[in-house]
Amino acid sequence: MNALAHSAATHAAADHHGFLSPSGVEIVFVLVGLVTLGAALATVTTKQLVHAALWLVVALGGVAVEYLLLTAEFIAWVQVLIYVGSVVVLILFGLMLTRAPIGRSPDADSGNRWAALAVSVAAAATLVTVVVDAFRATWIDLADPAGPGSGSSEVTGTALFRHWVLPFEALSVLLLAALVGAIVLSRRDGDRDLPPARTRAGER
Amino acid sequence: MHLAYPAVLAVLLFCVGLYGVLARRNAILVLMAVELMLNAVNINLVAFDVWLRDTLHAGQALTLFTIAIAAAEIGIGLAIVLLVHRNRGSSDIDRLRDLRESDSPSGGDSGGGSRAEKSPASATDNDAESGSDQQVQGPAAGRRHA
Repeated sequence: MNALAHSAATHAAADHHGFLSPSGVEIVFVLVGLVTLGAALATVTTKQLVHAALWLVVALGGVAVEYLLLTAEFIAWVQVLIYVGSVVVLILFGLMLTRAPIGRSPDADSGNRWAALAVSVAAAATLVTVVVDAFRATWIDLADPAGPGSGSSEVTGTALFRHWVLPFEALSVLLLAALVGAIVLSRRDGDRDLPPARTRAGER
Repeated sequence: MHLAYPAVLAVLLFCVGLYGVLARRNAILVLMAVELMLNAVNINLVAFDVWLRDTLHAGQALTLFTIAIAAAEIGIGLAIVLLVHRNRGSSDIDRLRDLRESDSPSGGDSGGGSRAEKSPASATDNDAESGSDQQVQGPAAGRRHA
């Protein structure tokens, strides 16, 4: 009887908190955060340029998983689509088109790496101290009482197209400007006689 | 969940990106580090949106806007890097120092002369805008003819 009541209580807790218990969410968040940080460190420290782009995939995918754990599902899938799908592919295109060496390139880091390390460690220490001190007693309530989560595509779409329509349209104009700018930057006026397959207008 | 977890993760990711921006030499690697910093900002936005339970969902909307702006930024940035690589033969940001104030003119010219060697061949097929831009620079043009 007692065990039955106990299991019913845990079942109710699991119902209330969804897939993972709150401490389970925290543990998974910390583990994925460690993986993300490790991949980010490998991105900025590896000597092989293509490996840096591939570690960037791992880091951005880890960030997408963190969005999922924070119940922002739509943002997570947008992150996967835009970052992992297009930005990393663009970066790989850029690496190939600038004739990046495939093997180790010893000059990937500049001479001021120790100054950079000192600056970033100082910034990290300061910001971590401030942030931990500021949010010491702050908790996120990830459990949603009813209905779709706060980050589902329905809620996000409603917020985006009801309250944020004007910035959305302005952003589409900005994307158009970026598209035109990339084409203008990439085309060459000197080689109009070349066949169109050689022109680099398709890089964008 | 404690709010300090996503905040500290965002801070550390931002500082890793900061190190990458400062320490890397290849321009595309610098762009990758900038992407890491933008992702740190996005984590902060999403975490605070979930924490505050904003009815307007300002954090998530701004995250979407940041992602779109990052996509535009990486496109323009890579176009610029490719243009620089095509004109200069290198995308190392340590070697792009034509706008530097040279404190000692002889040292600066001897340092820059070898770098400007390969630019005339590629400068002939530049578009008119960058060609006129390079003619404006007096020392660079003199170096090239010497």
